Amino acid sequence: MTTAGRASARRRADVAVTSSGAADAGAPDSAAHDNAAPDNAVTERAVVRLGSAEHGAALGADVPLQIRRVTAEDALTIIGAAVGSLGLNWVLYERVLPFSGALGFWVCWYIEFVLLYLAAAGLQWNRRVVTDKTLAVLVSAGGIFASAVVVDQLGYSFVKGLPAIAHANFWTTTGASVAALTPLTKGGVLNAAVGSLEVLAVASVASVPLGITAALFLTEVGGRLARPVRMIVNAMTALPSVVAGLLIYSLAIVTLGLPASGFAAGLAISIIMLPTVIRASEVVLRVVPGTLREAAFALGASQWRTVWNVILPTARSGLTTAVVLAMALGVGETAPVLIADGFSNFMNADPFHGWQATLPTLIFTYIEDEGRAGFIARAFGASLALMLMVLVLFTIARLVGGGRPGELSRRQIRKLRRDEADS
Amino acid sequence: MAVAVTSVTAVPDDDDTPRTIVSRVSRADSVFRAVLRVGGLSSFAITGLILIFLLYRSLSAFGADGFTFFTKQSWSFVDNEFGIGGVLPLTVIIGAIASILAIPLAIAAALFISEYAPGGIRRVLIAVIDLMAAIPSIVYGLWGRYWFMPRALGTMGWLSHHAGWFPPFRLAIQQTPSAFVGSSAIAGLVVCLMVIPIITSLSREVFSQAPQGEREAAYALGSTRWGMVRTVVLPFGKGGVIGACMLGIGRALGETIAVLLIINAIYALNPHILQEGSESIAALIAGDWSSAGQHIGSSALFAAGLVLFAMTLVVNSLASIVINRSRSGAATAD
Repeated sequence: MTTAGRASARRRADVAVTSSGAADAGAPDSAAHDNAAPDNAVTERAVVRLGSAEHGAALGADVPLQIRRVTAEDALTIIGAAVGSLGLNWVLYERVLPFSGALGFWVCWYIEFVLLYLAAAGLQWNRRVVTDKTLAVLVSAGGIFASAVVVDQLGYSFVKGLPAIAHANFWTTTGASVAALTPLTKGGVLNAAVGSLEVLAVASVASVPLGITAALFLTEVGGRLARPVRMIVNAMTALPSVVAGLLIYSLAIVTLGLPASGFAAGLAISIIMLPTVIRASEVVLRVVPGTLREAAFALGASQWRTVWNVILPTARSGLTTAVVLAMALGVGETAPVLIADGFSNFMNADPFHGWQATLPTLIFTYIEDEGRAGFIARAFGASLALMLMVLVLFTIARLVGGGRPGELSRRQIRKLRRDEADS
Repeated sequence: MAVAVTSVTAVPDDDDTPRTIVSRVSRADSVFRAVLRVGGLSSFAITGLILIFLLYRSLSAFGADGFTFFTKQSWSFVDNEFGIGGVLPLTVIIGAIASILAIPLAIAAALFISEYAPGGIRRVLIAVIDLMAAIPSIVYGLWGRYWFMPRALGTMGWLSHHAGWFPPFRLAIQQTPSAFVGSSAIAGLVVCLMVIPIITSLSREVFSQAPQGEREAAYALGSTRWGMVRTVVLPFGKGGVIGACMLGIGRALGETIAVLLIINAIYALNPHILQEGSESIAALIAGDWSSAGQHIGSSALFAAGLVLFAMTLVVNSLASIVINRSRSGAATAD
């Protein structure tokens, strides 16, 4: 634990306990209450008999210790080390240290911060405390780094993509007549957005029922087969997306003769979404209380009735979260769509015939094949559109989920109260 | 009083065995359970289909090249010379760079979230890590190519100049700024960012399962918070963390688009990681797909895909076994 520093003084109701047996042992008002003087607000003195009910009540009236987790010395040491190392880095960076560039500045600052913090802490505390605090600082770097990466990715997409996205034609027209010198006020990514949504729909229809069925298998049927299935599902979670594309190409396109289309791309993406759906759904279904299932059985329901009427509705919010998270992963897949589907700048709303562009393949094509300035700006705009789609799906997942199975949403609670008030 | 014993029946010793209970499943239920079994076996079916079809499609490449597919270091659709002898080690190099950098950062982040962060920050950080995992890899690729790579060239130059005593950091060509573009190191750094959220989220779950009684015992014996983490949480989570790291390694080996956008593709082994020129099997397949019209050419790509699939399957199965056998893996109810 961190050093308690100056812990606040323990305040408790001063109890003067007397074991003097007054004649009337059971009468509660034999205890002489010495009421506190009005100006002595902190302590309240009472004289009660040892072991009596008032004794217990008085003991229970303890005010708990106030333990402050971050003391003033902690905060000031951190701030001092940070500011001091910033100044030191400012002086040393370009002149004495042989690095250059913005990234190096932050890295050097952090290293100097840790060293300065180590020195400052070593001056104040003993070795064990210094180790503890320094490691806390080092570990915080991990958390800060992760947040910085996400903010950086989102911010970069936003800054670079905003010039393209700010025009309305970006959303309403297709890329049909776009060339390198076409200004950003003409042309857009409507075909790719429609393609992305349709491919996602195909992938969800293919993977969600199958995934939930497999998750139900793992929780309801189980048995000897459950363990190998679980191992295979775990092994499939890191399936490279190209391999899924290759499978659909060789199975559906070459062997079964399907055309390379949005439908084939949807099938490939469903293979990638499937393990995520299975794992997340299994976690949710496992948390459904067993008593609900047993109550349904006790009322005479068969197993499929129990699943359909009790378990699935109870786990509905969690299952929706699992599905939407898998959709967020599936919408950003590029490689399988490149393999199982082509690219087209024209609007094609039919996923079964002809090539459909999706947002990721549009980004890839604009950068690789036509990597000139006009196209790159559009590619960044499409990247921002893709990030927005992922963020929307993500937010929906967190809003819908979150409650434990069986927990009623606020609207349902209000409705129940209304029904009770009516009846 | 003699008691006439007419017959002695031996009382069986195993009087305590429970009777077998036969529960008859109704027809609707047996159909339902059969449907569920089919759903569960679908994952086996898909994996089997992948193996079968990739093998089938790559037979002509293996037939033409044989074992030299693994040793040759060229990839030419014109001469029909295919070999992943260079690309396979390069894939491992990129995966290794990504994993070595990602593992300490991810474990630190997981420890921070589960042990050190106060409640509100913890919830926010868990959402941030999930979002980091959901960002599409093409966004990382764009960021890496247009923002990170130009800014990292200076550091790469410094490294090769001052740390040239370390053989992989040397350069085999003239040191100009463009000598560092599209190297394994830059690709590895970008893939590292993609691997971190996988390791972090799994490790965080494992760390939060460490038994509360043992944590309190460490505090009761007077340890600091780091001492408690070092003696209770980390040993408990060892198996789960190792499994998580292997899953991250599997992801790093199979990453396609980000690597493809960054590297300058070569097919021969380039052991200088700071120098331009790199490739990974997944990027090879995705990048050369459109130009592989011929029969043997596309068959070679399928063969490369088969090798990649086998590699990631082995790594992930090892990860599963390690997780299941560990104390923390068993606790996370797998």
